[in-house]
Amino acid sequence: MALVLTEEQSMLRDSARGLISDKAPVSHLRGLRDGKDATGFSRELWKTFAEMGFSGLLVPEQFGGSGLGCVEAGIVMEEIGRTLMPSPFLSTSVVAASAISRGGSEAQKAQHLPGISDGSLLAALAIDEGAKHRPLQTKLQAVRSGNGFKLSGDKAFVVDGHTADLLIVAARTAGSAGEKAGLTLFLVDPKAKGLAVERTAMVDSHNAARIVFDNVEVNADSVLGEVDQGSGLLGGVLNIGRGAVASEMVGLSEEVFGRTVTYLKERKQFGKAIGEFQALQHRAAQLYIEIEITRAAVLKALQALDADLDKAATAVAVAKARAGTTATLAVQEGVQMHGGMGMTDQFDIGFFMKRARVCQELFGDANFHADQLARGKGY
Amino acid sequence: MADLETFRVETRAWLEQNCPPEMRKPMTSDGDTFWGGRNAKFSSEAQRVWFERMRDKGWTVPHWPKEYGGGGLDGEEAKIVRQEMAAIGARQPLTSFGISMLGPALLKYGTDEQKKEHLPKITAGLIRWCQGYSEPNAGSDLASLQTRAESDGDHYIINGQKIWTSYANYADWIFCLVRTDPAAKKHDGISFILFDMTSKGVSTKPILLISGYSPFCETFFDNVRVPKAHVVGTVNRGWDVAKYLLQHERAMISGMGERGVGRPLGQIAADSVGADAQGKLDDAQLRSQIATFEVDEAALAAAAERAVDLAKAGQSHPAFSSAMKYYGTELNKRRYEILMSAGGIDALEWESERSRGGARPRAWLRTKANSIEGGTSEVMLGIVAKRILDLPGS
Repeated sequence: MALVLTEEQSMLRDSARGLISDKAPVSHLRGLRDGKDATGFSRELWKTFAEMGFSGLLVPEQFGGSGLGCVEAGIVMEEIGRTLMPSPFLSTSVVAASAISRGGSEAQKAQHLPGISDGSLLAALAIDEGAKHRPLQTKLQAVRSGNGFKLSGDKAFVVDGHTADLLIVAARTAGSAGEKAGLTLFLVDPKAKGLAVERTAMVDSHNAARIVFDNVEVNADSVLGEVDQGSGLLGGVLNIGRGAVASEMVGLSEEVFGRTVTYLKERKQFGKAIGEFQALQHRAAQLYIEIEITRAAVLKALQALDADLDKAATAVAVAKARAGTTATLAVQEGVQMHGGMGMTDQFDIGFFMKRARVCQELFGDANFHADQLARGKGY
Repeated sequence: MADLETFRVETRAWLEQNCPPEMRKPMTSDGDTFWGGRNAKFSSEAQRVWFERMRDKGWTVPHWPKEYGGGGLDGEEAKIVRQEMAAIGARQPLTSFGISMLGPALLKYGTDEQKKEHLPKITAGLIRWCQGYSEPNAGSDLASLQTRAESDGDHYIINGQKIWTSYANYADWIFCLVRTDPAAKKHDGISFILFDMTSKGVSTKPILLISGYSPFCETFFDNVRVPKAHVVGTVNRGWDVAKYLLQHERAMISGMGERGVGRPLGQIAADSVGADAQGKLDDAQLRSQIATFEVDEAALAAAAERAVDLAKAGQSHPAFSSAMKYYGTELNKRRYEILMSAGGIDALEWESERSRGGARPRAWLRTKANSIEGGTSEVMLGIVAKRILDLPGS
């Protein structure tokens, strides 16, 4: 498949860009932050997202969605990255929708997917427990109890966990931390007894949650996929999430870069535009090249995810590692080249730096993914 | 799409049947590359068979027109041939500056006569070309070149000196930049001209490099008579041809950093630094360097693929090859730094048979030229800054 967008995909990009740049420029995020908004995103805008078919992008048509693929989800994520629009798109429409459509029973799909499509149901994946993303280290225990299970343990960095109507929880039903076997995914109602959600406002003015499970009872029907065999489903869903976050970082990097190049042409010192200085020209050129190469790697990974999810791991590791490194470089160069202005809160560039840091950690940073690649190649 | 799938299946079968097993192993020395030319010698029977089969199929240059000995394939088909060759590790049957540099320029700027004369001899590996661009005082500032061509009836008389002429001592013909109008501004008085290296007055002198090899020469022209009909494109507009050719040269050099096949670098490193029971390298820092390198290498491969697809879709920037040249050459230098570090003291032997005559350190030293030849990394970044990013000139 050619590594360029098709005509339909370009149209999707244009319509996503039109909506997002119009309704949710960076000032939208700034307003939510300054107003200490209880939700952290605009529910009204999320309704518009649903009306335009974005919230159900990955949901099969029979459940009210558009039945599109990861390339299309990546296109929307990239536009989100350009303005840092906070929304449940990643947590609900990408990660949760993928988990339920790929792992869910017919009954589970029928119960949850239409709500994701029409924007009425928000869902979140609870995976991380420690400071770093290590899915196989999952310790949260699910022990059999009667007809179901009892969940005990802690989750952190549950993206949009503070507003979720449904949690997808990775738990250990067998084996010990570090093992692939013995992981199980559960669909859990956040209002269940014994479950405590603490909203954690993050450095980037987006939201996550810490969740404590104290003998939370769930019935057998709440198992997503198969007991003890959840790592395959989880791995695929995480890879879809990684592809999406990598796309967001491409959009973010390109936006920061565009703003920086504009600044290099406008800002005058020593009687000329600072973009005339070779020291800055070369650094700008290097950054441009890094972004272009990362863009190709990310599109390659998204296509690989759509072609065969089980064979996409290497391409995804490359994409997420590259995107993390590139975004980190882009925001650092962005702030540096904006000089003192780049350090001010009044100026938008700092928002990009903060979001890039969060996106790096989300679903594994560049080190994690380089390590995954090395393991995959046997060294 | 169905037709392309059929083409892929047929290509795979044909390559399977026709590519000798020896030609599917990674190349280990310069002799493994077949350059063609009047004095060409095959280093093995398998090399000869592979070359002749590919030549007869038109696949020494699959995407050139059939009338010039190419395969007449479109972009998608040629990509499939490349992919299927890479999949079995098939070597290039013929490597030449005629294919990677002169050919594209002739196809765009050459007369019918010039194309008919030269292109078939390139695809058939009959004539080996070299590139007369750089001069002792015209390196990064190539357009200040001084080799002059003075009019004498139907001929030019050429005098001057070129340097860094790759394999000039083995080449049959040269494509050369000469100054035809000394009074014009420096970019405006240059012509692009072709001539036979056996012409009277042409001499070459190999330059010994830090690798101990002499892939480059000094080339001298002393009253060389060349027919005016050998100018490609318009007289005094040779800079256009030169720039167009440089884009292809840069694309070729950037490709030096791509390695689709062969053992992963981490496994090569394990041979010398050792690994634990799970195969994990004993040197954690080196392992992390290698992994990061391989991330970047895979990303570059995707970017190279995308560059071709963008060009096909008419969406590419003409200066993008400078971006790829910069990244590909810097990456290749990184690759060899890692290989040297992984090899440790074993990679320091220069002459022993064990080290195949110091193959690794010599290759390592060779890569240092990658970011100089065909335009330095600094020149590439300058081109990207000015032509793609539109940053103001100083």
